[in-house]
Amino acid sequence: MNPRTAALFADARAESRAALIGYLPAGFPTIDASVALIDEMLAGGVDLVEVGLPYSDPLMDGVAIQDAVQIALSEGTTTEDVLSIVERISLSDSQAAVVMSYWNPIERFGLQSFVDRLAAAGGSGVITPDLTPEEAGPWIAATDSNDIDRTFLVAPSSTDARIQTVAEACTGFVYAASTMGVTGARDQVSNAAPTLVERVRERTTAPIGVGLGVSSADQAAGIAGYADGVIVGSAFVRRILDAGDLAAARASVRAFAEELAEGVRRPVDRIPVTAN
Amino acid sequence: MTTTHEPTQEATREAASSRSVADSQPGHFGPYGGRFVPEALMAALDELEVAFDSAVADPQFARQLADLERDYTGRPSPLTRAHRFGAECGGARIYLKREDLNHTGSHKINNVLGQALLTTRMGKDRIIAETGAGQHGVASATAAALLGLECVVYMGREDTERQALNVTRMELLGATVVPVDTGTRTLKDAINEAMRDWVTNVDSTHYLLGTVTGPAPFPRIVRHFHSVIGRETREQILEIEGRLPDAAIACVGGGSNAMGLFAGFIDDPGVLLVGYEAGGEGVDSGRHAARFAMGAPGVLHGARTYVMQDEWGQTVPSHSISAGLDYPGVGPEHAWLHDTGRARYEAITDAEAMEAFALLSRTEGIIPAIETAHALAGAMRLGRELGPDAVIVINLSGRGDKDVQTAAQWFGMQGDQ
Repeated sequence: MNPRTAALFADARAESRAALIGYLPAGFPTIDASVALIDEMLAGGVDLVEVGLPYSDPLMDGVAIQDAVQIALSEGTTTEDVLSIVERISLSDSQAAVVMSYWNPIERFGLQSFVDRLAAAGGSGVITPDLTPEEAGPWIAATDSNDIDRTFLVAPSSTDARIQTVAEACTGFVYAASTMGVTGARDQVSNAAPTLVERVRERTTAPIGVGLGVSSADQAAGIAGYADGVIVGSAFVRRILDAGDLAAARASVRAFAEELAEGVRRPVDRIPVTAN
Repeated sequence: MTTTHEPTQEATREAASSRSVADSQPGHFGPYGGRFVPEALMAALDELEVAFDSAVADPQFARQLADLERDYTGRPSPLTRAHRFGAECGGARIYLKREDLNHTGSHKINNVLGQALLTTRMGKDRIIAETGAGQHGVASATAAALLGLECVVYMGREDTERQALNVTRMELLGATVVPVDTGTRTLKDAINEAMRDWVTNVDSTHYLLGTVTGPAPFPRIVRHFHSVIGRETREQILEIEGRLPDAAIACVGGGSNAMGLFAGFIDDPGVLLVGYEAGGEGVDSGRHAARFAMGAPGVLHGARTYVMQDEWGQTVPSHSISAGLDYPGVGPEHAWLHDTGRARYEAITDAEAMEAFALLSRTEGIIPAIETAHALAGAMRLGRELGPDAVIVINLSGRGDKDVQTAAQWFGMQGDQ
């Protein structure tokens, strides 16, 4: 695992809390504004930021992220811009940035160049929601050549055998999709999530992040009881879409990050993590 | 020119049609195909693959499907000699495989009946579908009505407007049509929306994908259910001409009607296979759907294939006068047939297609779908190239009732109100 990411999850574990993971699309609502907004997230207590690479066909995303991505693309955001945003954001020593991207833009950019450029920009890993380990041979080779972590996803529908395959292919944290569905804030996070995390936990010692649908500090606290990372995306995006201007958006993102950071630290009955 | 007179070996051919031409790995066609999907869908794709393989091996399923094809679809569809149209194709002997005469008016019903039966076999009671021209949506709504399934069809807003007649047909059949307002508001975005629905409702729902694109096993399943086109055509042309054709040709959007026809001749190296994609306003205009002429290998909608994309890998909007060919990707098996040279692919502009549309209407009394008109324009070009002794079969994949408004506008006719 990338040392920065490893340290971040180890610190959170030592503090008996979950890491807070926040997502925003690069270039939303503009390239400069996205740097400022990601910095607010980080200042508000996000430990690991997922910088989304905007893609024309985001078939795993719900309405909020679709809208944000469309704005980012109409701003002309390119893969080069995504890399420069990763370089420009202000990470402390205990924070990390990864890129979240659908597969085609990475393939088009060139796997090895992407990995090398991302490492040079200070990035720690890549999450690929539509790439499964079966199709990832060249990607595994490229990421192994560098300190760039690979994160694949598991879902409630994944068989135990598939969870094993996915967990073994991940070098960063494992992304557990809490629900069968697309991204988007939900009032309740599916009760499938704890079971899924338990099934993953039986097969790996890697940290497990839970995402899809998390929209409040209470939900974050609940998930922090059984997972190593709480992932929040659409709820941040929604706050920016609803804000009147950039100043309001920054304040709202900052306040929400602080709320969530409190949530992942709230004393909860943590299910003890048994490394096996 | 080929003069092969080989007997039809039905059993062998049927077996061959259900496996890929180049299964380097299961679900792949050379470097193309595969599964590039959210993990949440992997279990459903595995389930579908198992259900399909067991259905194909089950004689009762084959009988059930064959009965529906005969008694409901009206198969076999005729192979019609087009004498007067042939005179405009360099005098070549032109045959039309009349998929336009199928129930619902296009080839789409072949795949839909097969997959709808699979849906009930998997114990699911809801189907979702994407549609461009509306032909697949109408066929899906039809099969859903027949088998008592709930049906939701996703259709780009722009397509609901240019194919309003088909929207009404779907609604009359009891389906819910959901207009899609994201992205380019066409077929590509309808597929995104269908995928989002599927990942959310996968326990109860089968995604009845309408063409030979998408993640494995869809390209193989859809080809299998359409291979009846090629099988019948092969028998019919051997019966009529006493030999195989020189060329078998079809239009290619996603490529299901072409794959169905090609399946009958793919192992006959003497039969030239040609697919015609939409050249729109010209391949240099930037407004076209010419994936092979202007696209590059990439990943779209779950498979590696030829994709119209920019230098950053973003999908580029396609354009065609025909909604059914207006798609920036193409079936992965076509990508492989293209690279290996087994099939060739050419672009036909809107104007060439509309000329052929009018010509077939006036020489044969058959109004084709505008999608199909691209293959007819191809025949005019190919017939002149091969000469009057050539035998060419064209998949007449659909009828043009849905296109009369577009045609009236194009030709400036009175019907254009």
